[in-house]
Amino acid sequence: MSVKLQSSIAADETVIEMTNVNKWYGDFHVLKDINLTVAKGERIVICGPSGSGKSTLIRCINHLEEHQEGKIVVNDAHLDKNLKNITSIRRDVGMVFQQFNLFPHMTILENLCFAPVWARNLPRGEAEATALKYLDRVGIGAQKDKYPGQLSGGQQQRVAIARSLCMNPSIMLFDEPTSALDPEMIKEVLDVMIELADTGMTMLCVTHEMSFARSVADRVIFMDEGEIVEENEPHAFFDSPKVDRTQKFLSQILSH
Amino acid sequence: MADKTLTFKPSAARPAPSTQIKALAWLRSNLFGSWFDTLITLLISAILISFVPDLLKWLFIDATYSGDDAICRINGGACWPFIGDKFQVLMIGVYPQDLAWRPAVSAIALILLAYLTYSNRLRGAVLIAAWFILPIIALFLIRGSFGMQSVDQSSWGGLMLSIMLALVGVIVSIPCGVMLALGRHYGSPVTKVLCVTFIELLRGVPLITILFMASVMMPLFLPAELVINNLLRIQIGMILFSSAYMAEVVRGGLQAILKGQAEASLSLGVSPAKTVAMIIVPQALRHVLPPLVGRCIALFKDTSLVIIVGLLDFLGMIKGAALDTAWLGFQAEAYVFAAFVYWAVCYSLSLYGRKLEQRGPQSNR
Ligand SMILES: Nc1ncnc2c1ncn2[C@@H]1O[C@H](COP(=O)(O)OP(=O)(O)OP(=O)(O)O)[C@@H](O)[C@H]1O
Ligand SMILES: [Mg+2]
Repeated sequence: MSVKLQSSIAADETVIEMTNVNKWYGDFHVLKDINLTVAKGERIVICGPSGSGKSTLIRCINHLEEHQEGKIVVNDAHLDKNLKNITSIRRDVGMVFQQFNLFPHMTILENLCFAPVWARNLPRGEAEATALKYLDRVGIGAQKDKYPGQLSGGQQQRVAIARSLCMNPSIMLFDEPTSALDPEMIKEVLDVMIELADTGMTMLCVTHEMSFARSVADRVIFMDEGEIVEENEPHAFFDSPKVDRTQKFLSQILSH
Repeated sequence: MADKTLTFKPSAARPAPSTQIKALAWLRSNLFGSWFDTLITLLISAILISFVPDLLKWLFIDATYSGDDAICRINGGACWPFIGDKFQVLMIGVYPQDLAWRPAVSAIALILLAYLTYSNRLRGAVLIAAWFILPIIALFLIRGSFGMQSVDQSSWGGLMLSIMLALVGVIVSIPCGVMLALGRHYGSPVTKVLCVTFIELLRGVPLITILFMASVMMPLFLPAELVINNLLRIQIGMILFSSAYMAEVVRGGLQAILKGQAEASLSLGVSPAKTVAMIIVPQALRHVLPPLVGRCIALFKDTSLVIIVGLLDFLGMIKGAALDTAWLGFQAEAYVFAAFVYWAVCYSLSLYGRKLEQRGPQSNR
């Protein structure tokens, strides 16, 4: 509980604000009137059935997807069509993908140094020092000269997390980071994420790892058919969901 | 717990099948598998037996290795002194003999750079820069700049000219092809239409037509001050032609890159331009290395067409040598040698491309 109290002390500073965000793919209404405010240091878990728009929601935050209506403010910057603005916001918002998306033609170390060198203009030596620090933190220091294809899925995902951290982001987005992993590798990735949460990083995780949500999240958000159906702190969310759809969803995934 | 101990006795290993049996089995399964296979095998054997011995006899046994045309005529076999006599002109045309070290040095530099590329000694931007600088230095050297005795390009010829045309053609047309492919894949609608039009226009015309246009028609329509020399015009024609094909090859590579690669790079705050240049294009080129090498080989062979617009490349020199009155009657040797040199260059390129493919990180997957 003390952790929760700390985060509510920091809650005066809003880092992400989505107001009445709407998005369509053609005629298909993916996001419907999304309102979401995230405070600095907050850890949010987003869950919901497949196709409910979870990925689309967090991809709007770093503008990998464009929304058509509403306002998104990240770190006091408005997301609009201004490209320069968007590139600099992305430097501050790390993202981890389900499919890792490491660069296969670069070694692990080159993967980590790429953005610091080419997007932050850091000298290579400095970038490598930071990279090695984060690689050690996720436990892959010894593999720095291998290529991504030579690592296991769990190792690749930890590298992907380290790669994002090298840009020194203030917000981290995770889109089902453990869904493509074999069960025995899920824990090694979740451990890294838990450790990251302990450093006070602002995190938005799309995940169905309910144990992670219970132990780490400050808030759990349930989405269905493009809407935020319910949000609550994890104990209340899991133990006494208010909405029928949430109950049904929880009973489905918890029965697995 | 059982008290008796179990001992494990391996049975004796079977002897390896004798090589004789293996050879017989191989023959049976590969050459005489069915009556149809047997028929084909016998037919091909008959054809081979009917002319291979004669060919070998002509090429090597009855051949003359030193002497002059009189001895050749007596021996009756292939006349290799003829090739020896013409060797220099075949390699460098009428380039001055005392300056022959210049193309030689250029050729060695080319082989060295190819080796450095293969051995991963040079990487990234340095590697790309080296491949652009090499032909420039070679051109200055062969032309004779900076106070060196200059050699007019009308005396460039032979294999040297073929390789220069192909090398410059490849080195310039790959980046052009990449730009065209990017324009077609990512460009605005207008850019897309322009790129597609260019590509389809050039791919729809035979190279020989483009060479004629470059050589004959361009001087007719351009004001005299703008007319550049024939060799350069032909080189530009080849580059344009090759770019269109390279563009289509590269486009295939672009399509093979998963969307997640660009997304990962963009989400790190890397600009779209740098994402394309450093994440997308390198991977796309790696994917299409085999057809890319194929285009290089095709372009090298296509250089033999420049003979029609008056340049004396390797094949041009071969033709000239075959008509030399001092060595009349030895055309066959000239064309056998030409075929051998073209084959040797193309096969080396093919092997080199395969080595490059095996070296990349992709092979670990
Ligand atoms: N580029 C696109 N064009 C059209 N429809 C799309 C596109 N991307 C996603 N969709 C649709 O939008 C809906 C929401 O997709 P989204 O990926 O956000 O779902 P999700 O909640 O992340 O699902 P999952 O759990 O399967 O990842 C889906 O119905 C999907 O089919
Ligand atoms: Mg998703």
